[in-house]
Amino acid sequence: MDTTMSNKTKNGLGIVSIVIMIWTIIPLLWIVATSLKSDAALADPKQNVLGNFWPKDISWDNYKLIFSGGASDLFVPALWHSIIVCVVATVISVALATFCAYAISRLDFPGKKLILTTSLAVSFFPVIAMVTPLFNLWRQVGLFDTLPGLIIPYLALTLPLSIWTLSAFFQQIPWEMEQAAQVDGATSWQAFVKVVAPLAAPGVFTTAIIAFFTAWNDFVFSSNLTAQNAQTVPAALNFFTGASQFVQPTGAICAAAVVVTIPVVILVLVFQRRIVTGLTSGAVKG
Amino acid sequence: MTTVDTKPEVTSAEAAHLSDRAKAERNLGWKLAGPAFVIMLLVTLYPICYAVYLSLFNYRLTDPSARKLVWLQNYITALSDPLFWQAFGTTFAIVVITLIVELVLGMAIAMVMNKVVWPRRTLRTIVLIPYAIVTVVSAFSWKYAAQIDTGFFNHWLHTLTFGAWDEQFNWFGGWFSSIVIICLSEIWKTTPFMSLLLLAGLAQVDSAQEEAAKVDGATWWQRFTKVILPNMKAALMVALLFRTLDAVRIYDNPYVMTGGANKTTTLSMLVGTETVSRVEIGMGSALAVLLFVIVLIIAFIFVKLFKVDLTTSGRS
Repeated sequence: MDTTMSNKTKNGLGIVSIVIMIWTIIPLLWIVATSLKSDAALADPKQNVLGNFWPKDISWDNYKLIFSGGASDLFVPALWHSIIVCVVATVISVALATFCAYAISRLDFPGKKLILTTSLAVSFFPVIAMVTPLFNLWRQVGLFDTLPGLIIPYLALTLPLSIWTLSAFFQQIPWEMEQAAQVDGATSWQAFVKVVAPLAAPGVFTTAIIAFFTAWNDFVFSSNLTAQNAQTVPAALNFFTGASQFVQPTGAICAAAVVVTIPVVILVLVFQRRIVTGLTSGAVKG
Repeated sequence: MTTVDTKPEVTSAEAAHLSDRAKAERNLGWKLAGPAFVIMLLVTLYPICYAVYLSLFNYRLTDPSARKLVWLQNYITALSDPLFWQAFGTTFAIVVITLIVELVLGMAIAMVMNKVVWPRRTLRTIVLIPYAIVTVVSAFSWKYAAQIDTGFFNHWLHTLTFGAWDEQFNWFGGWFSSIVIICLSEIWKTTPFMSLLLLAGLAQVDSAQEEAAKVDGATWWQRFTKVILPNMKAALMVALLFRTLDAVRIYDNPYVMTGGANKTTTLSMLVGTETVSRVEIGMGSALAVLLFVIVLIIAFIFVKLFKVDLTTSGRS
């Protein structure tokens, strides 16, 4: 179809694409811009250019505030909690889901459809509906405001997603190759390691990224099931305070927001193709 | 990892041997799939069942001794309270506005991504970024952009309308303008997901059919409604269903932006305040169950009415 496309259409589509990209980028640039404003410049259009958008003088004060200043007691631990809780939840759910998806796509056993349907239904649950019982239960068993007390609910977010996405991936693997290797004299373990694992690895990796995004994004569990000892960054942002109680912590929040955004943006830029495949094969596949 | 292979043709002589083998495969299947399945049920179904149980009690955490079984009283109270219907209305408004805009915008972006020659890869990468951004971050970004003192919306609108727009317009001063900002931020964040699903659907449309329609003299609009849309119905329905269910559960966005001021409390936020701030565990659970039922009804309507077969659409 590209050959029939005129230069005019080509350029038209190119211009539309640029408009789409600008619309996507502005809120991101804005949060970066706000994080680089000094307290004085935050609400003073004269100290900013482009209609109060970009600061005339870039200030790193907000970053100093969250890493070594007044907000660091809140931000630095929260960043660690986010990293630990999300990585652990991702590893557990992807490991479990890998076995599950392998069984679903490779073995014949009753209940396959049940597992897939349940994992889909579970991902439709309103997350907030789980908070009330967990809140009550966690207080009784002492898991409230602890890292495991967040990791467990995060499995509820990441497991169904991982099972579903991985099953879609694994079903595309040509399993006959494993048998072919065995016919050629490889043991079943060798066949698995040499043939299946390399084919499965990209799918597992992609699922891990998507699961990590989901956990990293969570606000509901973290804000309702923690106080200070296990709060992750998204929830901690809400409890930021300014330099004094009369100063809005706008700049500090934006700096912290930029810091939590950087890892995910890097992951997207590097693994863009795989993430798209993962998202779409998990959801729609013809 | 396993020595069993896919089933060969079954002959009667081999049947006995094969059933042993099938049994072993069954065992192994459940051994591998079981742990994930059991944990998934424990971490989700158990809290839901517990919520249903708790919802039958008048139970306030600060006064546990007064815990009393009241059967459906919490549900009756909730459903007859205008606050519930207000939250329902707000949630419904957000769902309808975001869904319509996202569908149109998502479809347009998907079609551009499908046809565009340059800058193809950059576009696909950049469009994906909002999907990965933490919702709270995007909510703060839009909130600060709309605020009178720190924001740029009013300044830009003032310039674009040649001074007609009031630079001191308070976006968070009323219900409607607050909803507009909440919806804009939601649309910005989730349209990429919508357009990726639609792009996958577009890829399934047979280009020969489209060409044939073109040769027969069909206009662009005719080709779009008669060839493209019917051919991607499954993807369209799945995308709509996923987005509807997500929008019904909206929480982070309005929580950060308005905190529920100006009647912008959504159903999810209502559950949160009732449980955590007011520690009315019984009432909070009842509201949670109501929200869950609403989600189930929507999913059911989609699956029945539009005949979305979700279990096969996820498999190749």
